[in-house]
Amino acid sequence: MLTIKNLQAKIGEKQILNGINLEVKPGEVHAIMGPNGSGKSTLASVLAGREEYEVTGGEVSFEGKDLLEMAPEDRAREGVFLAFQYPVEIPGVSTINFMKTAVNQIREYRGQPTLDAVSFLGVMKEKMKLVEIDQALLNRALNEGFSGGEKKRNEIFQMAMLEPKLAVLDETDSGLDIDALKIVSNGVNKLRNKSNAVIVVTHYQRLLDYIVPDFVHVLYKGKIVKSGTKELALELEAKGYDWIKEEVSVL
Amino acid sequence: MSKDNQVLEELTSKEYEHGWTTDIETDSAPKGLNEDIIRFISAKKNEPAWLLEWRLKAYQQWTKMKEPTWANVKFPEINYQDVIYYSAPKQKVTPKNLEDVDPELIKTFEKLGISLTEQKRLTGIAVDAVIDSVSVATTFKETLGELGIIFCSFSEAVQKHPDLVKKYMGSVVPVNDNYFSALNSAVFTDGSFCYIPKGVRCPMELSTYFRINAANTGQFERTLIIADEGSYVSYLEGCTAPQRDENQLHAAVVEIYAMKDAQVKYSTVQNWYPGDKEGKGGIYNFVTKRGLCYGDSSKISWTQVETGSAITWKYPSCILRGDNSMGEFYSVAVTNNYQQADTGTKMIHIGKNTKSRIVSKGISAGHSQNSYRGQVHIMKRAEGARNFSQCDSLLMGDKCGAHTFPYIDVENSTARIEHEATTSKIGEDQIFYCLQRGIDEESAVALIVNGYAKEVLNQLPMEFAVEAQKLLALTLEGSVG
Ligand SMILES: Nc1ncnc2c1ncn2[C@@H]1O[C@H](COP(=O)(O)OP(=O)(O)OP(=O)(O)O)[C@@H](O)[C@H]1O
Ligand SMILES: [Mg+2]
Repeated sequence: MLTIKNLQAKIGEKQILNGINLEVKPGEVHAIMGPNGSGKSTLASVLAGREEYEVTGGEVSFEGKDLLEMAPEDRAREGVFLAFQYPVEIPGVSTINFMKTAVNQIREYRGQPTLDAVSFLGVMKEKMKLVEIDQALLNRALNEGFSGGEKKRNEIFQMAMLEPKLAVLDETDSGLDIDALKIVSNGVNKLRNKSNAVIVVTHYQRLLDYIVPDFVHVLYKGKIVKSGTKELALELEAKGYDWIKEEVSVL
Repeated sequence: MSKDNQVLEELTSKEYEHGWTTDIETDSAPKGLNEDIIRFISAKKNEPAWLLEWRLKAYQQWTKMKEPTWANVKFPEINYQDVIYYSAPKQKVTPKNLEDVDPELIKTFEKLGISLTEQKRLTGIAVDAVIDSVSVATTFKETLGELGIIFCSFSEAVQKHPDLVKKYMGSVVPVNDNYFSALNSAVFTDGSFCYIPKGVRCPMELSTYFRINAANTGQFERTLIIADEGSYVSYLEGCTAPQRDENQLHAAVVEIYAMKDAQVKYSTVQNWYPGDKEGKGGIYNFVTKRGLCYGDSSKISWTQVETGSAITWKYPSCILRGDNSMGEFYSVAVTNNYQQADTGTKMIHIGKNTKSRIVSKGISAGHSQNSYRGQVHIMKRAEGARNFSQCDSLLMGDKCGAHTFPYIDVENSTARIEHEATTSKIGEDQIFYCLQRGIDEESAVALIVNGYAKEVLNQLPMEFAVEAQKLLALTLEGSVG
């Protein structure tokens, strides 16, 4: 589904990604971990098509198409979703209105008929249950004055609405309380199927207890320096990153 | 060039939608302004002697006045002798009802999305259509008449209700209030008139639609709304003009008179031709709008969405004379390309416990200049007066300007005044968030801008709100930098 080959990217003069290789197949869950500032969010942004980041080398194919060639909105329409580490506020625009615009533009792109208000609300009600989000929150201006946890829950609600093929969740667990973590994770699990995939960026094992990864990768200084199975995450939790950093410096 | 800039360039070059003209034979005065022209206009309209005198006096005053220069707008000197002050669509007979109106005129308004015929009955809005200074049709007159509501063209009111006109015309905006009001008083050609009797709640929206059609023609209309004790009316005003290379002059006067417990809500969606993207052509819009809350507990509310005109000079105001009276001003002013807007309000608190609320949202894009100018004046007698002002500016790109000029005069120490102001830019982060959800950049900007202006748009009657949202999107889409 997603093949990243030797991806390099910089912002301004600063090189951040230094040759990333990753292969994600349908149905898989990949966890990306790594110390602060190692480039995890940058990777997510580059995949989503944020303009500030300049791709300086490598390639990314998504469902056989050249992802890097696509405009950001088309990547979303092709099925790439990013749950932001820091969701932005849009005053005066309700999540409902925002999602209605998004859903219908995506449907148009795919040649499907747009949803009228009634059918949209029908779909919305269903997805609301999935992440146990309150309609009152969705009526409010997008992310404006939302608590940290509410923002994250809202991101996953949006994921549920858009049903992406590939979802990249950037530290969705941060800010969620213990119960919310469970609810949101369960929501993500319910959305999983054989033909979609999830990349979760996280610092903690607790999320991976719920969303169990098939593979765990460690990103360090813009490179994937170690990959393994879910046991790697447990090892990191116990030992931290120093041993990996040492391994890297030995090389 | 970044993509945002590219989109900005593309979208700011979007053509003005109403830039067509209609082939209608017109009946015009020669260019220029002098007493003979005024006599010509007055005679054309078959006016009583007192009105001609009123006009001539106004003209005399105007000749002694100077164009105001304090507004934050720049334009080449206007040659007032180069303007045609009277142009009327030629009609074989004076229309008594819709059947008599020239079908070309009806078509003109239909093109604007305003139906003057039967089908309008469904939407329940009574329309007075004014083209090139002359009212061509007023709908729903009979229905309204049953309630004692008078809604007709100004000229008709002069003929049929001279006492009301004589008593109230100029009582809110005196002839010599300013240069443009004096000019209007001398040469106004038509407009709308509305009287709501005591205790009557007008059951439908009343609306005036203005269109300038003929070239080189100034449009000088007057609107007079009188709300008698305990009455209520919601009034809408819309305007468009064809695309022309030369600038055209529009100097209107709107007066609202609210008696005890009366409420008037006046909404405008202004979409005069703004000029092309190099700043050529466009309407000069110098308008005096004022409401007098004469009676106790009366209320006047102005809502405006200003998207058009090359130059906008406009300060819908409220004089809060009655105790416990209330004035409101909700405004969204959008400027793009080389447009200049200097707009705002005046709230003059005279009575006790008077309240005013100002919400102004400026949006500037391109090379435009957008100024808010507002005055809040609390007079000595205005015990317990309160004002709240919120003035926000949103910038798109780095070639435009936003300015705020609030003036506050307080002569009574019990007054409470709150003023908030913000300036923001549409964030790349906000746009990217939208793009990531599959929303294209144009729609993203439309969403963000409509969200920003929501508090004002919410004040508009439903049907107008939709139109206004589309207009905002059309004027601005993608203007990010
Ligand atoms: N606009 C920018 N200008 C300069 N440096 C930047 C910019 N954006 C990111 N960086 C730098 O790039 C590096 C990688 O940042 P990134 O956000 O991808 O890290 P991360 O792995 O997601 O970290 P965290 O775990 O803290 O979220 C950091 O050193 C960061 O400071
Ligand atoms: Mg990060």
